[in-house]
Amino acid sequence: MSRGLRSLPPTVVWIAGIVALWLTDRYLAPEVNPYLMRILILSGINIVLAVSLNLINGHTGQFSLGHAGFMAVGGYSAAAFSVYAGPALGDSLATASFVLALLVGAGVAAVSGFLIGIPTLRLRGDYLAIATLGFGEIIRVLILNLDSLGGARGFTNIPSHTNLFWVYLAVAGCVAFHANLIASRHGRALLAIRDDETAAEAMGVPTTRYKVGSFVIGAAFAGLAGGLFGHYLMYLHTNSFTFMKSFEIVIMVVLGGMGSISGSIGAAITLTILPEALRGVREYRMVIYSLLLIVLMILRPQGIFGTRELPDLLRSWRRRSA
Amino acid sequence: MQEFLQQIVNGVSWGGIYALIALGYTMVYGILRLINFAHGDVFMVGAYLGFYAVHWFGLGRASGSAGSFLALFAFAMIGCALLGVVIERSVYKPVRRHSRLNALITAIGVSLLLENGAILLFGPDPKFFPQVIESRPMRIVSGVVVTNHQLLVLIASCLLMVGLQAIIHRTKTGRAMRAVSFNRDAASLMGINVDRIIIFTFAIGSALAAAAAVLVGLTNPKIEPLMGLLPGLKAFVAAVLGGIGSIPGAMIGGLLMGIAETLVAGYVSSTLRDAIAFALLIVILLVKPTGLMGRAGDEKV
Repeated sequence: MSRGLRSLPPTVVWIAGIVALWLTDRYLAPEVNPYLMRILILSGINIVLAVSLNLINGHTGQFSLGHAGFMAVGGYSAAAFSVYAGPALGDSLATASFVLALLVGAGVAAVSGFLIGIPTLRLRGDYLAIATLGFGEIIRVLILNLDSLGGARGFTNIPSHTNLFWVYLAVAGCVAFHANLIASRHGRALLAIRDDETAAEAMGVPTTRYKVGSFVIGAAFAGLAGGLFGHYLMYLHTNSFTFMKSFEIVIMVVLGGMGSISGSIGAAITLTILPEALRGVREYRMVIYSLLLIVLMILRPQGIFGTRELPDLLRSWRRRSA
Repeated sequence: MQEFLQQIVNGVSWGGIYALIALGYTMVYGILRLINFAHGDVFMVGAYLGFYAVHWFGLGRASGSAGSFLALFAFAMIGCALLGVVIERSVYKPVRRHSRLNALITAIGVSLLLENGAILLFGPDPKFFPQVIESRPMRIVSGVVVTNHQLLVLIASCLLMVGLQAIIHRTKTGRAMRAVSFNRDAASLMGINVDRIIIFTFAIGSALAAAAAVLVGLTNPKIEPLMGLLPGLKAFVAAVLGGIGSIPGAMIGGLLMGIAETLVAGYVSSTLRDAIAFALLIVILLVKPTGLMGRAGDEKV
């Protein structure tokens, strides 16, 4: 089956996939109960967040704790576009305006990623982690003080546009982009920086440019996820973007395995469903999470998948059983 | 001018508390190169220990005698020292052989565990720290008011810091601590029991955080499970500001942080109060990453 898919030109696969997704969203989604739908959509948004943070933390090895900040920048700018510029475009262009809003969100987040990345990426290891955490908090406090974005009341009246189709289109785009990036020359440069920055520099890899680049791309996708998030909830509040949210995304990346895209996807889905599954023991939920994280760090510091991807694992299992 | 002096007085009082917490960060970082994210939550546990000490044993309240007040401090400090040691033994020691990033993530895990454990144990609602000493305003210069609480915070934190300096510079254990933070492997070869020094460091750092927590309980009586989060982060920033790993640096950083914060809250906007800490952090990291009094570490290739 996988060989059959691979022999097709990628464009055909993409078009078929998009049509299938559109049909699913059109005809199947209304049948699904809203609770399940919510989990599906939030899983998708978390996948985009985890995969994009994995590019920075896992593949490039630059430990960032500010992802929620970029998500906030993207979410708020996309929402601002929809609320202030959307009506001017009219109802007939509602979908186009939504796509434009998402692109604006991703773009603004990318610019902020660039501006923050240039100074902070000179720092290494835990200093970088703290500086990005600081920037994330500064972004949050600044938004809190902007009255045009709702300030402490929260940003309301965001049009509802996010549905299964858009979320999973974003997921597919995000995963394909990252998988291709990692497999490319540029991806190898990023992995080289992670494994040994000094050696990479000595081999002629322009480390600063690559580090900032990966930061910008990660921020852009976080902004995209923020835009989807805002247009799904129709309401944004800075309380959703505290550093606890950043920690949550970091936990997804670490749990799945730093540097494994399929690991991040699996962990994002698991960690979105887990709270729902643990609803009966709700008060213990976060305690279980944190214990899980600690135990995992002691017993399997590389995360569940390590740096390997699902297809590699399946292949090695098949070889072992054969 | 009077208002400015008043702000400085308030800032110094907060600064003493930040300094006490920052000392724990800086000592652990100096020895293990680990940002102990859970330190702010140890501080929170200290506040709860103080709260229960007053409620259960009537420590500190009984006739307001100085002895029982000291017993209140001792109870919280010993309890937190034990907690710090347990955390180190059970969690940080096993991850010490992995990378530093792993240790950092583990520390985040411990922090989440303490916070959520506290929500389970103590309940999510804020509690009110009993006012064991009545607040009395005192006027020093006309228009500048110092409460006896602020004075107590200042005196207690000064005493604790002087005591810490004495331990580090005058005792054998202190010398061993300095040796371990200078070079762990060499210290171990010289016959220093590195494990014991690490335990001792965690115990002292956590005890100082507990002392800070009791002092905070006196001045700002509302205590809750997430109360350690922001003061913890800010104290960490204070430690970086002063130069992480440097003990006088942590004190100066803490004072600067407290003053900067009250000045921003007083003259600019109180909502920006929490952002100033991080803005300071970023400026110091970009301009002088080793902090005001830190020494530059050499990078091995």
